[in-house]
Amino acid sequence: MSRAVEESNRAMLRARDAMDRAYAEPLDVPALARIAHASPAHFIRTFRATFGETPHRYLQRRRVERAMYLLTQTDRDVTDICFAVGFASLGTFSRTFRQIVGESPTAYRRGRAPTDVPACFTKAWTRPSSFG
Amino acid sequence: MTMNAISRSQIYVLDQDEALDFYVGKLGMEVNTDADLGFMRWLTVNLPGDPEREILLEKPGPPALDPATAEQVRELLTKGALGGYLFMTTDDAQKTYEDLVAKGVEVTDEPTERPYGIDFGIRDPFGNKIRIGQMFPRG
Repeated sequence: MSRAVEESNRAMLRARDAMDRAYAEPLDVPALARIAHASPAHFIRTFRATFGETPHRYLQRRRVERAMYLLTQTDRDVTDICFAVGFASLGTFSRTFRQIVGESPTAYRRGRAPTDVPACFTKAWTRPSSFG
Repeated sequence: MTMNAISRSQIYVLDQDEALDFYVGKLGMEVNTDADLGFMRWLTVNLPGDPEREILLEKPGPPALDPATAEQVRELLTKGALGGYLFMTTDDAQKTYEDLVAKGVEVTDEPTERPYGIDFGIRDPFGNKIRIGQMFPRG
């Protein structure tokens, strides 16, 4: 009984790790579902039950988090950052960023100091989520 | 009175033999102590040359934890939410990374240069996170 839950959790975690690692690549649900050894529909449902949000939302917010990071840590321009974190168009990136963060990428960049804790922690704690 | 070292830390694993395959077989750690205490298997590993710092690979279960609590621990561990976290250092992050990838270790974060050094992240078979860094001198 619990063993099945553990295997499922670990498979979902493997797919989530793939998003954390390969967010810059054109990941989609079918590819992630294959990593988790599940059908796309089952994957979306189980991922949400495990982590409290859909895979699409997790990946979108991972990309926004990485953009927030690059905006404050580097001098790269916004278009460059948009593609570097896996968005396919500047329009989608700007709209999504503003919707999640509440301001434009350029406004966000102003006046924020860099941090240098290990990247795993930055990624875990500064990814915008609906939980906190 | 002062304390002078962190000598042992603990992480939970689902299976101690599988943990040895990973921590010794893939990461290249050494078994420090593998003792059947009757009530538990006391299993610790250390990095080669650093036997003063051991990691206890503990299996959650009765009688230390009741079955329902052990199940909660196992579920949190496998979804990466239990918090077991090891930080290790290396002289060559890129080479270590390539060695581990060749051994099939799961990577969570590719090697990246940061203000503090070059580091990358991996995950053990159970859900614990490990960060391996080639650190720049401090200060």
